[in-house]
Amino acid sequence: MSRIARRFATLRAQGRGALIPYVEACDPDYDTSLAILRGMPAAGADLIEVGVPFSDPSADGPTIQKAALRGLKGGSTMKRVLEMVRAFRAGDDGTPIILMGYTNPIEAYGPERFCMDAKAAGVDGLIVVDMPPEEADLLAGPAAANGLDIIRLVAPTTPNARLPIVFNGASGFVYYVSITGVTGTRTASTDELAAALPRLRKATDLPIAIGFGIRTPELAANAVSVADAAVVASALLNTLEGTLDGDGKATAKTVPAVLEQLRGLAEAIHAVSKTGSK
Amino acid sequence: MSATDTQAGANSLRSGPDGRGRFGIFGGRFVAETLMPLLLELDAAYRTAQADPEFHRELDYYLKDYVGRPSPLWLARRMTEQLGGAKIYMKREELNHTGSHKLNNVMGQILLARRMGRTRIVAETGAGQHGVATATVCALFGMKCAIYMGATDVERQKPNVFRMRLLGAEVVPVTAGAGTLKDAMNEAMRDWVTNVHDTYFLVGTVAGPHPYPQMVRDFQSIIGVETREQIMAAEGRLPDAIVAAIGGGSNAMGIFHPFLDDPAVRLIGVEAAGCGLDSGRTAASIERGKPGVLHGNRTYLLQDDDGQITEAHSISAGLDYPGVGPEHSWLSDIGRAEYVGATDQEALDAFQLCTRTEGIIPALESAHAIAYAAKLAPTMGKDQIIVVNISGRGDKDIFTVAEHLGVKL
Repeated sequence: MSRIARRFATLRAQGRGALIPYVEACDPDYDTSLAILRGMPAAGADLIEVGVPFSDPSADGPTIQKAALRGLKGGSTMKRVLEMVRAFRAGDDGTPIILMGYTNPIEAYGPERFCMDAKAAGVDGLIVVDMPPEEADLLAGPAAANGLDIIRLVAPTTPNARLPIVFNGASGFVYYVSITGVTGTRTASTDELAAALPRLRKATDLPIAIGFGIRTPELAANAVSVADAAVVASALLNTLEGTLDGDGKATAKTVPAVLEQLRGLAEAIHAVSKTGSK
Repeated sequence: MSATDTQAGANSLRSGPDGRGRFGIFGGRFVAETLMPLLLELDAAYRTAQADPEFHRELDYYLKDYVGRPSPLWLARRMTEQLGGAKIYMKREELNHTGSHKLNNVMGQILLARRMGRTRIVAETGAGQHGVATATVCALFGMKCAIYMGATDVERQKPNVFRMRLLGAEVVPVTAGAGTLKDAMNEAMRDWVTNVHDTYFLVGTVAGPHPYPQMVRDFQSIIGVETREQIMAAEGRLPDAIVAAIGGGSNAMGIFHPFLDDPAVRLIGVEAAGCGLDSGRTAASIERGKPGVLHGNRTYLLQDDDGQITEAHSISAGLDYPGVGPEHSWLSDIGRAEYVGATDQEALDAFQLCTRTEGIIPALESAHAIAYAAKLAPTMGKDQIIVVNISGRGDKDIFTVAEHLGVKL
């Protein structure tokens, strides 16, 4: 059983939803992002997404775009991202790490070598934003060979007839992009979520995480009341950005502020009892 | 039907892309899941339209009476004499309404968008030629229009920005990145993903996710189809070489495609070498790039070793793009088309050569093609023929040119 599957099984047994925070590698520098990553499990993270900075994040809103640029300025390369995961893994064997990014840096690194090195570093799953099922063969073989989960995105625009195509080859969990739009903008309403989840449940037994637009503890609690996990990215990155000095450098406030916000989100999520639900 | 002829046989170089939208290893559909169902819908709608004679009747009507097709094939006598080699013909795409080849594609896609029931159009633009063409048809059909344009380009292409606004379009300056075409493309994609319910993304070049490279090529192929008929009428034979400028590559693909199965016709794409191919300030994606994935397709890209896209540079805003259409990448790899570079300075010189010898002020984009044709012609015999695609007119560029010539307007 993969680390991701194990973690969801444990949460289900405890009747809890999962909090999946996001940290952009090397934003604004390697040490700061590693300190945030290391602090996340104790602050309530159940799984963690590590963003791989890309120069052209066309599916992301302004917040993640800025974070990606800060990450690149902060020295991020694929090699450095994997180094960061390895450093984290040395002190934490239980929290699943999912890399989230775009196709080109993986293609440039070489898909086979990337999957091998990612696994060796302690990565558990991959979300490749611009790799729909139609292009998934680039990674499917090497990911499976190295036991990496491929987490598929599903959108409100995905028709029911297409769900089997999207879920074919998916593992770990499913990421529901709850709005049509870019990250960190609009938020899906409770009604929209309540309507969306049953059609996904019908098509997959995998845990479902909701992402895009989850900014507050209330919205996070709301998301896990219908789904299995909530992904929070832009809200944390906004907080991080707010603590930087005039030159965009980290300050003494940066790590504590992000983790403090994370604790608030975790409390709200973990207060939702999922006993009796799926 | 001829303009969108994709009925070529299996051994034809004109039969691509395959079912996955690939030309060899290039092309594909690398987009977020939110957009994937829309691309499938677009692909189906395009196939239906392509098979519908009524669609072609409608398109032909607008191409003739609104765009002003066919465009002439002009024998450039004085330039030919001055260069002292091959006979140079110019395909006069700058005479189309809105002053460039862009309207050929835009007219096809707007008719498709209307068939699909879309009411709002988003588009990216570099030099503003595609933006102006798009704003024009949106005015013609009474549709809402948002044009994303890099802030740097907004600054260097002011006349086109004003034109778009006059036509009723909202021009959105994009400050991300270097504020050029690549960043405008990202932002247009973000708008589309946000407004999928009513919005049609009108891509201006033969790049992006499938079916755009195929569709834009088909709509632009009218250039090559006419060229073929016109050169046969004028000379009774096909040309020895066809030369066209390449940014994303739509004017080149349009004139090349009907000649792909004629191996005797050299097809030469001229990329913007900027300050020189090895200066580090270039837009020559095929000559100096590596295959990678950006904006929905796999193609040659200017990028670093980590797969981060690097900024392109060209004096011409329309060529200032770190990628190129996937079909060009494929044609380069299989050796069917040649790709060369022309520098900023060579383009400026050619701009003046064309203006002074033919009385035609070409777009700086097209001046790159003229620059290479001017190098090539003297190496060829007087009985040989070169066709240069004059993809656009240069009125929009007079400020840039004046600045480089040290003239204050």
